[in-house]
Amino acid sequence: MPGRPVPALEKCPTGIIGFDEISGGGLPRGRPTLVAGQAGAGKTLFALEFVLHGIEKFDEPGVFVSFEEPSGELATNVASLGFDLSGHQENKRLQVLHIDVQPQDLIEVGDFDLDGLFIRLGAAIDGIGARRIALDGVENLFSAFTDMRILRNEFRRLMVWLKDKGVSAVVTTERGIGSLTRHGLEEYIADCVVALDNRVEADLATRRLRIVKYRGSAHGGDEYPFILDSRGFSVIPITSAGLNYTVSTERVPSGIGDLDAMLAGGIFRGSSVLVSGTSGTGKSSIAAHMVDAACRRGERSLYLAFEESPDQIQRNMASIGFDLAKWCRAGLLRFHAARPTSGGLESHLAAMSAQVREFDPKVVVVDPITAFGASAEEDRVKIMLVRAVDLFKSHGITSLFTSLTQGNDAPESTSVAVSSLVDVWLLLRNLELAGERTRGLYVCKARGVSHSNQIREFLLTEAGIRLVDVFIDGDGKILTGSARQLHECLKANQLEERQAEAKRHRARLEARRRLVEAKIAAMRAEYEEEIEALDIELEQRGARAQVVDDTLSALAAERGRTVPDGH
Amino acid sequence: MSRTETNHATEAVGSAKWELRLYIAGQTPKSLAAISNLRRICEEYLAGEYRIEVIDLVEKPHLAESDQIIAIPTLVRKLPQPIRKIIGDLSDTAKTIVGLQLTPAPG
Repeated sequence: MPGRPVPALEKCPTGIIGFDEISGGGLPRGRPTLVAGQAGAGKTLFALEFVLHGIEKFDEPGVFVSFEEPSGELATNVASLGFDLSGHQENKRLQVLHIDVQPQDLIEVGDFDLDGLFIRLGAAIDGIGARRIALDGVENLFSAFTDMRILRNEFRRLMVWLKDKGVSAVVTTERGIGSLTRHGLEEYIADCVVALDNRVEADLATRRLRIVKYRGSAHGGDEYPFILDSRGFSVIPITSAGLNYTVSTERVPSGIGDLDAMLAGGIFRGSSVLVSGTSGTGKSSIAAHMVDAACRRGERSLYLAFEESPDQIQRNMASIGFDLAKWCRAGLLRFHAARPTSGGLESHLAAMSAQVREFDPKVVVVDPITAFGASAEEDRVKIMLVRAVDLFKSHGITSLFTSLTQGNDAPESTSVAVSSLVDVWLLLRNLELAGERTRGLYVCKARGVSHSNQIREFLLTEAGIRLVDVFIDGDGKILTGSARQLHECLKANQLEERQAEAKRHRARLEARRRLVEAKIAAMRAEYEEEIEALDIELEQRGARAQVVDDTLSALAAERGRTVPDGH
Repeated sequence: MSRTETNHATEAVGSAKWELRLYIAGQTPKSLAAISNLRRICEEYLAGEYRIEVIDLVEKPHLAESDQIIAIPTLVRKLPQPIRKIIGDLSDTAKTIVGLQLTPAPG
């Protein structure tokens, strides 16, 4: 009917870490889901967790039907995961049914059906009011009988019956050769099909999960890595995180003041930093700095060591003044060490994810990411890094990855594959000059930061890392180490000389100034003297003229009225 | 001669050399066929030496566990040991005889 709204498919959360995220909320409620995988792929655990989480987290009683393992073994497996199987059974929340099917026992004569099974399942479900059921290892049912026509019919009927009962079901079965399941059961369970895989690549087992089909629901189509460990089944919802994490404008100091200055204040919180360099360039030391700085701020840090043991790292870092053991004791720093070869990339990733979930760190160090390169192809390492970066970003964790590059020729190119994925890329290189090897550091890139483009000499001191300006000599060559020191010394001498010369020059100028001033004063004195003399003369002349006039007037008066005929 | 049977259970009358238990689920054609086929075969090959117990799981579902019943009908040979299970409506007499390991009656 067009236009009629389709009711959203109701989901039944599995409670399995990560699975509900990738399946958009869980399995279809009230319908069966097929879980297919080889022996040892984790089917039983998936089914068990589905039922037991149902009881413990979602208040839904459940029935677990095993067609393979004897119940005793099951109980031990589950107890190690912290589930109280017998307790739930006593409380009538759980019913475990062990259906023993041994092919050699049965002789088939004529027509039959599986009503016996239906009746037993029905009794178990009704007995505790179950909302969930798991049928584990149904392929054993098929191998117990020879008449496949009947079995198929009965299996189909079973699925319909489960739907009618309204229980959410997980049906697990072994994978077939060249097909998803050995008996083509995917034909009968149309709603949701999950495939588990345990592949061995480069001698490493890697577990993956994929939702092959989910009718009426969006779901992640990728293969998701998962692990089975003491916490049970966990799926890593890797790339599903997308690129929509919130970014922070808060700067996190790297612990190296000089480096923060190069980065215009530090690294953005939640960003990823790649430190690459050849061996012995100080990558781990930078990592230690960052971890130490975080712990000083009271932030938890996680150090994932894939090459050295935690003890070795702590000892080495003590030599440059870091007491990492102190932070471990304070519970602020946690080391997680694993050999890269101890498991597949995904299981390492899963372990990282588990650590992050458990420890909730603010800073994570992966030292080194390239340790995985030896046991996997380059692009797998890249994918792994993408996932790790995603994982950390989605938790707002500032992460630092160290990357070992080979040789000294073009360190930029070797890490190019991974460097595009990180926010900040610090490159450490060995600088060789005059028979001496020193370390140089520069910032290759820093997203969103106006960073320094200059290379700095990188010093490992007893008080940690110091970055010093390098010198460029007249030929544009970088001077580091003792050549730099020599240069510094020469420069200091030159400076002193220049200063003395300037002093002398100033003195000379001063002397001249004084001379000129003296001359000016003398001239002024002379001038004033002259002016005075002139004034006096003028005065005298005036006075004399008056005397003459007065005399003439007196004479005229004496002579009477006679007008003088000239003078 | 001890041949007693009802729809569900049967009380023992004396001891029988052959103890057979037939599981059914309601009065379905398959179940009814199995019952009549079994009776016929027993009369023919085990006259006087057998006892049949018919258990209807619709009425007594909890009884399915002890003999691990999945398929219906299932015939369980309790005696003589070892236990053997035959599933189906027993429509093939020859196969049933082989399954129960009955030696053909003389004559």
